[in-house]
Amino acid sequence: MTKPFSHDQDRLLARLIGPPGPEISCEECFEQLDLYVELELAGSDAEAAVPGMRAHLEGCGACAEDRESLHAMLSREASSGT
Amino acid sequence: MIPQCLSTGPTAGSCSGSVEDALTGSSKITVVPTRGEQESRVWIERLRATGPERDAALVELHALLLRAARFEIGRRSGSRALRGGDYDDLAQQSADDALVAILRKLDDFRGESRFTTWAYKFALYESAVKVRKRAWQGREIPLAPEAWPLIADDHQHTAQQSVETTDQLSALREAIEEDLSPHQREVLVALALNDVPIDVLAERLNTTRGALYKTLHDGRQKLRGALTARGLGLEEHKEQTPA
Repeated sequence: MTKPFSHDQDRLLARLIGPPGPEISCEECFEQLDLYVELELAGSDAEAAVPGMRAHLEGCGACAEDRESLHAMLSREASSGT
Repeated sequence: MIPQCLSTGPTAGSCSGSVEDALTGSSKITVVPTRGEQESRVWIERLRATGPERDAALVELHALLLRAARFEIGRRSGSRALRGGDYDDLAQQSADDALVAILRKLDDFRGESRFTTWAYKFALYESAVKVRKRAWQGREIPLAPEAWPLIADDHQHTAQQSVETTDQLSALREAIEEDLSPHQREVLVALALNDVPIDVLAERLNTTRGALYKTLHDGRQKLRGALTARGLGLEEHKEQTPA
């Protein structure tokens, strides 16, 4: 029988154990990041185009920040019309 | 590369070919480049040209990279590591380094995104790494396994304190001590418990982000297996709390 973990422990375990399932590497993440973020902004299924990206972004804080930055940059450009 | 009409990209449905197809004319289908693809093609052509045309493209590209670097550093302006004068120096260095990286990797651009999106990611990456490193300049990196039992102590004082909590944390601590290699333990402690940025740790250990993340990933897999073996198989956590 599995034992449930408390909310705090869930957060701790998420950091220690990482995401379940297969994930891509940091190198693959960087290579695909531009495509992934453009698909996200277009409302397309980015995870289907880059399988394992979502899990990697859950597990790697630095790559997740890179994704957030590119998303924010493109969103700003789109809203300012540049 | 898959023609855009067969993919789910931002231009899905336009039935256009790739930038490569447009450049080489190798596609068998009728190619109608989108505006973004045309812009990307022009960037590549200008950067591969010689003389004044290339020089002008480099100046424009650097300005674009500098804008991205300033944007990224501006987002992180709350960092104690950044002071007034540093701010623009760091942006300039980031744009310079991004430009070098882009020119080195120009052949890797496959036209799956707009060229400017592809270029931005280099500037944003360089800026983020530099800010992280600046923030940790001169600071000691906590690698010691002694650092992590404090987490258990902290959590024992939360509202969820219970015998079960103590049991679970003990099992986790035991798995970290017994099932990970010393290097895996050091990396896990630094990245997942002590919030050391992965690029900072990579620089101190003379390795790369990718190599360190592989170590972290392998350690996590071991830990996952060890907890399952101890009867603590996980109900997968829903939260996204990256290392």
